[in-house]
Amino acid sequence: MKRLLKVLLWVAVALAGAVALAAIAFARGEPLNATWFIVAAVCTYLVAYRFYSAFLAARVLALDNQRATPAERLDDGRDFVPTNKWVLMGHHFAAIAGPGPLVGPTLAAQFGYLPGTLWLIAGAVLGGCVQDFVILFCSIRRNGKSLGQMAREEVSRRGGMIALLAVLAIMVILLAVVGLVVVNALKASPWGTFTLAMTIPIAMLMGLYMRFWRPGKVLEASAIGVALVLFAVVAGQWVNASPSWARVFTLSAPALALAIILYGYAASALPVWLLLAPRDYLSAFIKVGAVWALAAGILIVRPTVEMPALTRFIDGTGPVFAGKVFPFCFITIACGAVSGFHALISSGTTPKMITREGHARLVGYGSMLMESFVGVMAMVAACALSPGIYFAINSPAAIVGQTAEAAAVTITSWGYPLQASTMHELARQVGEQTLLNRTGGAPSLAVGMAHIFSRTLGGDRLLGIWYHFAIMFEALFILTVLDAGTRVGRFMVQELLAHVWKPLGRTGWYPSILLNSAVIVAAWGYFLLQGVLDPLGGINSLWPLFGIANQLLAAVALVVATTILLKMGRLRWLWVTLVPMVWLVTVTMTASYQKIFHVNPRIGFLAGANDLAQQLQSGAIPAERIAETGRQIFNFRLDAAVTGVLAAMVLVLLVEALHEWYRILSKRKVPVQHEAPYVVTRLAEGD
Amino acid sequence: MRAFGTFFDRNIRAAWWALRQWSGDAAYENYLRSAARKAPAAGPPLLSQAEFYRQGLERKYSQVSRCC
Repeated sequence: MKRLLKVLLWVAVALAGAVALAAIAFARGEPLNATWFIVAAVCTYLVAYRFYSAFLAARVLALDNQRATPAERLDDGRDFVPTNKWVLMGHHFAAIAGPGPLVGPTLAAQFGYLPGTLWLIAGAVLGGCVQDFVILFCSIRRNGKSLGQMAREEVSRRGGMIALLAVLAIMVILLAVVGLVVVNALKASPWGTFTLAMTIPIAMLMGLYMRFWRPGKVLEASAIGVALVLFAVVAGQWVNASPSWARVFTLSAPALALAIILYGYAASALPVWLLLAPRDYLSAFIKVGAVWALAAGILIVRPTVEMPALTRFIDGTGPVFAGKVFPFCFITIACGAVSGFHALISSGTTPKMITREGHARLVGYGSMLMESFVGVMAMVAACALSPGIYFAINSPAAIVGQTAEAAAVTITSWGYPLQASTMHELARQVGEQTLLNRTGGAPSLAVGMAHIFSRTLGGDRLLGIWYHFAIMFEALFILTVLDAGTRVGRFMVQELLAHVWKPLGRTGWYPSILLNSAVIVAAWGYFLLQGVLDPLGGINSLWPLFGIANQLLAAVALVVATTILLKMGRLRWLWVTLVPMVWLVTVTMTASYQKIFHVNPRIGFLAGANDLAQQLQSGAIPAERIAETGRQIFNFRLDAAVTGVLAAMVLVLLVEALHEWYRILSKRKVPVQHEAPYVVTRLAEGD
Repeated sequence: MRAFGTFFDRNIRAAWWALRQWSGDAAYENYLRSAARKAPAAGPPLLSQAEFYRQGLERKYSQVSRCC
């Protein structure tokens, strides 16, 4: 009887998911409530977790709870610490959930809600969760080794170097693009700039508190920090209302970019306890709190989705970024569906803290399901805006014009009605001078979140506070990614430069710290400035580049995972990693090819460079813009070269892996795994 | 009513425990407990809380700890 009830329950969950998916897939024209999205996503996740992840755990990976994990065998109370599975899931989720699952779906909403939503759900359950879970498992079996180490040992020596270079490249592009998102959210916004600027002294105060006054008391310091940051959000409106103070905090895009570059350098060179770590604590609390608040807000308000299922821009002419729905939807949404970067976390701290192998299912697969849900919520928040407003905020001035009147005419001509007065009124309500041409996704997501929050609490009166709370939430953890990433990038550069001159590899030597910090900051700072000065808004070039790099890293992770499964003798189940790997290689290679060689100057970097070069030659460029155009031509060619190098690296790794697979399958090589020896756990049953 | 009070109390305690574990607030206590499980003479001398905190941060932020 109990079994029958269970079967009926799962049939009901599956049916509810199928009905909700059908509702969002086949709705055309009629208003659609956001509840359908939540039901479709949650039911699919439940079914996938209950059945697919159980299948992966039992049949493919054969997780063994009697086998001692590195956390138990090497327990040192510091890095290797057996941790409660729910606590570790929280750790892992906080580590993998960055700005990507918020920004990517917001940008991909230009295709309509359908492609992005389906990719978020299907990509996660069949690709992203599988990648995170399998890499976590592989790392647990190898004493917590990193992806690069596993690539070197299990695929080839060159594989390890490719993984290191791919990580460094993705880091540089990631830091530039997230920096650009912050610049576009804060330019000419004294309220937002003040709030974010205040997080720096607040974080330093927390750092001093936890270092000298109350060492290690994270909760006390974070409670003080969160209270001060929330006060800073409210105080921002007084700064905005004061002409003299507003002038101080009104910065242009290039000035903001320089400030962010200086901040990144300082955070990398200063002691980690002073700025980087306390900001990370602050960001983690606000991030998790805001994500839960958004979920609750969507469930309470149940907004109507205004964006159509598909827009005309699936043909590649989109104003937010150029390119057809295939392949660009699938690289624009990386985090939230499949993200290669997660493989670094799954082979970083998490495998050293897992108590039992069986917990990898909840931590690896389950955390990624939660991140996918964050992506679906971001999609809902973006699509709950009227399409006219969405396109006005996210389109660059070069496409829709610089005034609300011009933007209203252009966007209305696309079939999405918009009145200039709507944009003026919206900007006034949220306390901004303008919301036009704020590419990057953060402002439109903040407007969407503010609408949901204000309908839950406070009404239109609090719209400005909620908007700037959302901007602060996004910018705060973007800067956390930026400073933590700059520091890790600095260590990677030190590792590479040590081959040139050994002292440069000494991580505690201050001249080396200053020099290597400058190298990594200069690298991402260059791309950031390139994006800020790009007339098309920068996102059009940089976000696809970031998506390609991230998905190529996912392809690297899945190549490593497939190789290990093959060596484990799981030929029958190889498709679980092989299918997402083939999909990602297809998507990223197509996108890379199009970004380099496409004849449309908005899509192909080389076509863009040639188009500008022709304009220069024909004298169509005014004299004062000749130098700037020359820089743009160089940048297009540089972007093409970076894309080409990334794609070539992955192809080399793929060829090496195929060679390895062929030798194993044809019995020319005895597969050698590099697993740690089997040790029986000493933990009691319930631990 | 008492049963509800016990249930409430137990869950609040569990949530507080999880929050301290998740945030890192309880990391030093875990370290001391781990050291106590081993033979006291076997390892290096125990770190102070301040030193444990500082070293932990150095290690955490020298590898990828936050994703995009």
